[in-house]
Amino acid sequence: MTLTASLPDADPTALRRFLQGLPGVDEVGAVGRAASLATRSIKTSSKSYAIDLAIRMVDLTTLEGMDTPGKVRALCAKALRPDPTDPSTPSVAAVCVYGDLVDIARAAVGDACHVAAVATAFPSGRASLAVKLQDTADAVAAGADEIDMVIDRGAFLSGDYARVYDEIVAIKEACGSAHLKVILETGELRTLDNVRRASWLAMLAGADFIKTSTGKVSPAATPPVTLVMLEAVRDFQTATGRTVGVKAAGGIRTTKEAVAYLVLVNETVGEQWLTPDLFRFGASSLLNDLLLQRQRMRTGHYSGPDYVTID
Amino acid sequence: MTFEYAPAPESRSIVDIADAYGLFIDGQFVDPADGRTFPTVNPATEEILSTVAEAGQQDVDRAVRAARRAYEQVWGPMSGRDRGKYLYRIARLLQERSRELAVLETLDNGKPIREARDVDLPLVAAHFFYHAGWADKLEHAGFGPAPRPLGVAAQVIPWNFPLLMLAWKVAPALACGNTVVLKPAETTPLTALAFADICRQADLPPGIVNILTGAGDTGRMLVEHPDVDKVAFTGSTAVGQQIMRGLAGTSKRLSLELGGKAANIVFDDAPVDEAVEGIVNGIFFNQGHVCCAGSRLLLQESVADEVLTSLQRRLSTLRLGDPLDKNTDIGAINSAAQLERIHELADSGDAEGATRWTAPCPLPDRGYWFPPTVFTGVTQAHRIAREEIFGPVLSVLTFRTPDEAVEKANNTPYGLSAGIWTEKGSRILWMAQRMRAGVVWANTFNRFDPTSPFGGYKESGFGREGGIQGLGPYLDSDVVDHEATVRIGFGVTEVAR
Repeated sequence: MTLTASLPDADPTALRRFLQGLPGVDEVGAVGRAASLATRSIKTSSKSYAIDLAIRMVDLTTLEGMDTPGKVRALCAKALRPDPTDPSTPSVAAVCVYGDLVDIARAAVGDACHVAAVATAFPSGRASLAVKLQDTADAVAAGADEIDMVIDRGAFLSGDYARVYDEIVAIKEACGSAHLKVILETGELRTLDNVRRASWLAMLAGADFIKTSTGKVSPAATPPVTLVMLEAVRDFQTATGRTVGVKAAGGIRTTKEAVAYLVLVNETVGEQWLTPDLFRFGASSLLNDLLLQRQRMRTGHYSGPDYVTID
Repeated sequence: MTFEYAPAPESRSIVDIADAYGLFIDGQFVDPADGRTFPTVNPATEEILSTVAEAGQQDVDRAVRAARRAYEQVWGPMSGRDRGKYLYRIARLLQERSRELAVLETLDNGKPIREARDVDLPLVAAHFFYHAGWADKLEHAGFGPAPRPLGVAAQVIPWNFPLLMLAWKVAPALACGNTVVLKPAETTPLTALAFADICRQADLPPGIVNILTGAGDTGRMLVEHPDVDKVAFTGSTAVGQQIMRGLAGTSKRLSLELGGKAANIVFDDAPVDEAVEGIVNGIFFNQGHVCCAGSRLLLQESVADEVLTSLQRRLSTLRLGDPLDKNTDIGAINSAAQLERIHELADSGDAEGATRWTAPCPLPDRGYWFPPTVFTGVTQAHRIAREEIFGPVLSVLTFRTPDEAVEKANNTPYGLSAGIWTEKGSRILWMAQRMRAGVVWANTFNRFDPTSPFGGYKESGFGREGGIQGLGPYLDSDVVDHEATVRIGFGVTEVAR
């Protein structure tokens, strides 16, 4: 691929030229492709496989002003044992909380699951770099092994790509061994061209994962946005050899939607990405729908919402 | 463990195929006068689906007589509003029965159910709805103050989109007040016969729509029948030329929609991922059995390798197999004869020095199949760059400048469609003005809509189907004289472009 030779360093002009020189995204075409993949019919054994895989990919999330230690402990219990009636149900990938609740979450889950913290003045990202770095360092010190940072959308939209880049590099350093997920907040970037550029920018700066949304802005994750991000990680791997994950977060509530995302992953980047190490769902209510469908596949009938736990 | 999609077949039980079908003449199914029949086959399994009648001269006479009487006594004198009422009713019935018709189309044609369900059937209904709206507004369509129908239309359609081609022919003819005798292709008669049933269900008076099944001879008898006023044909250029010769010296009006060898042109500033989708949709949609298929891919040399790599990766994900499976992308080739023609032309590509790449799809044991195939290193001199293959075979050529792209794209006896892929709007307009093709798609391909006229330049035929322009070939008016179908078709389309 021609991109390898021309990957930019941190030089602002080179970076800008590179990002603006990426192939455009035709929105009508991308939306059409995502819609056509959503018509795949996933039944029986492949549905069972997809449901378990989706459960293992969930970052079970609570990001509310009203979060308390009690709420977080309940969430952690659910993360480890999503369906108490069926011990064969896999655990989720991670719990995702605000930084000040990381210690509670870590104590609750031990080493049995990842603890992800949102950091860097989530969700708006409107704070100084020093504050963002401190936010990150605190979360890592409290036991977070995954950091979900937000990019500075204001800087991105004003064309100051270097500022966004430098910030990601600095946060990545503050993460130490913790995995860094970079939230693009695609609902504020608006165009798919921007989504492609922001994806490359985050990956060049060292992101381990690129993530669609905070969940606080509508629209959050959509299939076309996720498609463009998957194409970006695929092309980035071809260009650099480095493999980056994708997290679709916000607005995914049903099993049907989740399975459609797995189809999107399967047919865009292939099976390599069909693992919790490289694809995640950021969600809260999705898990219970997955569990209801899982019970249905097992028993042959639908139970009701009282047969899954609310946490 | 890998993410295998379990089989997800659409249920076949929704269709009820009779053991044998007669001819639909004057509102009834009747046996052919000389009792001849032929089988129709599911090309995915080679199973015989049913036996249909082969119409002979007597049957053609009978059908044209019925159409003439219906034209003179019922449909011609009927008000546009009442004609529209019947057309709306037919459109609604097509929608209501769309699942059944999609399954039937897939069984008889071999196309994937996903396409029959999501493309063919919605367009079929849309065509009837659109033309139903025109039925009482013809005096405002720009064909003079009182355009009149022509009379009896003889219509012969191909096997690639059986019901959709029927809709393209029957809907405008009926909306304009003509009656029709239609002959579906011999390999795909079943949905046309189901449409006959829908006409009865809609209480359409007898004789307005007549369906004659048969092969080439039946078609020839029909178009050459002296009491036919209008002939509309969609099919191969060779047959179109025969029809035109046969009609020379008569007063019959003619519109032809024939073959194509469309160029799909990708510039170096194209949206690559979407262009790859467009290339796939351009040539592998409906197994490439599409007259406007983007069968010649013209790549700007500076991005040729990159696009080809992406294309091959994408083609490796195509799912070929049981057309009734909802996850199938590539279905069966419609007939043994067509499969043989595809093999013959593809082999000529090898012989003439092009490089063949085949998508890694296993082929089923029974039925007629051809894997998605890409030839690189093709030049304008190769047969696979000049002749219509009508199968899932893409010929890749390269160009250096926009002028060269125009020159190569137009350098074909055909002129049905073209595709342009670039993020630069001014270049799209510059190219579209220079394409000698009836339809030019920009950053998309194989998109159809009943409001948009469709038809060809040069050996791709003349006359337009769809849009206001598509009414012209079925109307007699102050501005349309007996030879003017061609001029109207071209003139209006060029203005619209």
